[in-house]
Amino acid sequence: MDKSPQALTATVAVDPVRSASSERGVVYVYEAPVRLWHWINAAAILVLGLSGYFIGNGIPTIPGKTGDNFLFGYIRFVHFIAGYVLTLGFLLRIYWAVVGNPHAKQIFYVPIWRKSYWREVWHEIRWYAFVAAEPKKYAAHNPLAQLAMFFMFTLATAFMIVTGFALYAQGTGNDSWQYRLFGWVFSIRPNSQDVRTGHHLGLWMIVTFALIHIYTAVREDIVSRQSIVSSIIFGEREFRD
Amino acid sequence: MGEATETFYGVIRRQGITRRSFHKFCSLTATSLGLGSLAASQIANALETKPRVPVIWMHGLECTCCSESFIRSAHPLFKDVVLSMISLDYDAPIMAAAGHQAEAILEETRAKYKGQYVLAVEGNPPLNEGGMFCIDGGKPFVEKLRAMAEDSMAIIAWGTCASWGCVQAAKPNPTQATPIDKVITNKPIIKVPGCPPIAEVMTALVTFITTFGKLPELDRQGRPKMFYSQRIHDKCYRRPHFDAGQFVEEWDDESARQGYCLYKMGCKGPTTYNACSAVRWNDGVSFPIQSGHGCFGCSEDGFWDKGSFYDRLTTIKQFGIEANADQIGMAAAGAVGLAVAAHAAITAAKRLTGKRGRVAQEE
Repeated sequence: MDKSPQALTATVAVDPVRSASSERGVVYVYEAPVRLWHWINAAAILVLGLSGYFIGNGIPTIPGKTGDNFLFGYIRFVHFIAGYVLTLGFLLRIYWAVVGNPHAKQIFYVPIWRKSYWREVWHEIRWYAFVAAEPKKYAAHNPLAQLAMFFMFTLATAFMIVTGFALYAQGTGNDSWQYRLFGWVFSIRPNSQDVRTGHHLGLWMIVTFALIHIYTAVREDIVSRQSIVSSIIFGEREFRD
Repeated sequence: MGEATETFYGVIRRQGITRRSFHKFCSLTATSLGLGSLAASQIANALETKPRVPVIWMHGLECTCCSESFIRSAHPLFKDVVLSMISLDYDAPIMAAAGHQAEAILEETRAKYKGQYVLAVEGNPPLNEGGMFCIDGGKPFVEKLRAMAEDSMAIIAWGTCASWGCVQAAKPNPTQATPIDKVITNKPIIKVPGCPPIAEVMTALVTFITTFGKLPELDRQGRPKMFYSQRIHDKCYRRPHFDAGQFVEEWDDESARQGYCLYKMGCKGPTTYNACSAVRWNDGVSFPIQSGHGCFGCSEDGFWDKGSFYDRLTTIKQFGIEANADQIGMAAAGAVGLAVAAHAAITAAKRLTGKRGRVAQEE
């Protein structure tokens, strides 16, 4: 049997027994580790985004004696801590993609080889463009969301982790493990100013992603007659009709 | 042409310098290289026994600021390096020979010291139009460079021109000026970037090679680790102001007078690998940040093409307009935000009309 999320979804949506036995279909989608990760990750991104913006632009000058102040140092410290949290979370999330349920794998790939996938992406585009009258039902992410997740979140986060640690290695020095692991970034871009610019653009990519992510989650929760926001808290997706 | 087999010690004694002064020099050099007390006697021993290294110093597309810097070295003195430590057999701007005489030295060195001489290159070769934008001795410089590199022991790429390309390789680079390591690929190349490099860094590097008979340890970019393993930022004396969050906001504000951090004035110290904040310039007198001006990042790749020297965020030209990451990011996020708002409004409107429609049908 095809174990892909789409296939599971299809079964859910058209299962006559389920809809006959109860009006409301419920599927367990987001397992506890995924939900925990989601919220820790969201908090880390919030901290990273704010502190990162200040690191990139500087802050208004702090009055008083230099020796009494360490604000910019603390902002950078918080950025680095949140960066470690995000990275460890990302690694554990990859681990969970391997051992977790099929939905846990969804954000790490795009089934570009599957024709039906692209047909369904097209349907989702039509749905969001107000052309299609009814949305299709999916237990986890819909095909368009999967596409956005993969490029705007998964790849963007990986890019931020790699460039972030490369820049961090400039402070920890050429003998640090950070430099040994991520120093190759400077073989591609010898001038680290370029890496900073890229890292900064990455911030805005993730801000843009967050906007779309939160909007569509809330919207689908209301319009598509299925739970979205509560699903990432309690794990279950409820189909309300 | 000088006799290259003569030792450094022989030369220095011939010049009437006492053995005491010689040992003083060795101690000073060992100290400036950070080698510890034992190294002084090793240096002395090496300079007494080893023949001087023949050096060919060539000039491509460049402004000679590297040479200008080099002749101002204080530790060791330039004259000691050129007249005593190395056998500088060819360097067009400062050599006595000219014309065919000068060119003959190149052939002679190639034949006599095959695989033993050091080729120091200041500037870089332009490759466009067959290298016709830089003619040296009647031939394109690139041909001369390739020929002399063939039999050299190692190549020193002096300055940002030779290391990265510098101003002549800045966009759009009409002459196709190309750094040395993109032209010569089969020889060890030491990059000594900087526009110009620090005088003491240059002479200390020459001293290292003549003393130990080998090249110093290089980093990923091919720069000697002893001078390029830390950023200006890491040893900057204004770093406490950075950590405290005290920044200069305008050139003549109170913060500038207080000597606060120049981060917001576009100082490239955090991205620039060089020894300025440790070694400083002109016999340790000062360096740009100490003089109240941010670092240009002159020893970094493509520093001419990173927008204004006074911008914190680099302008990105790929988008057709000049904008920095924040402007582009905010525009993108703003556009998406507007789209989201519009989409939400349409969704709400459709739901309302849809409900009304359903209600009307039921009635």
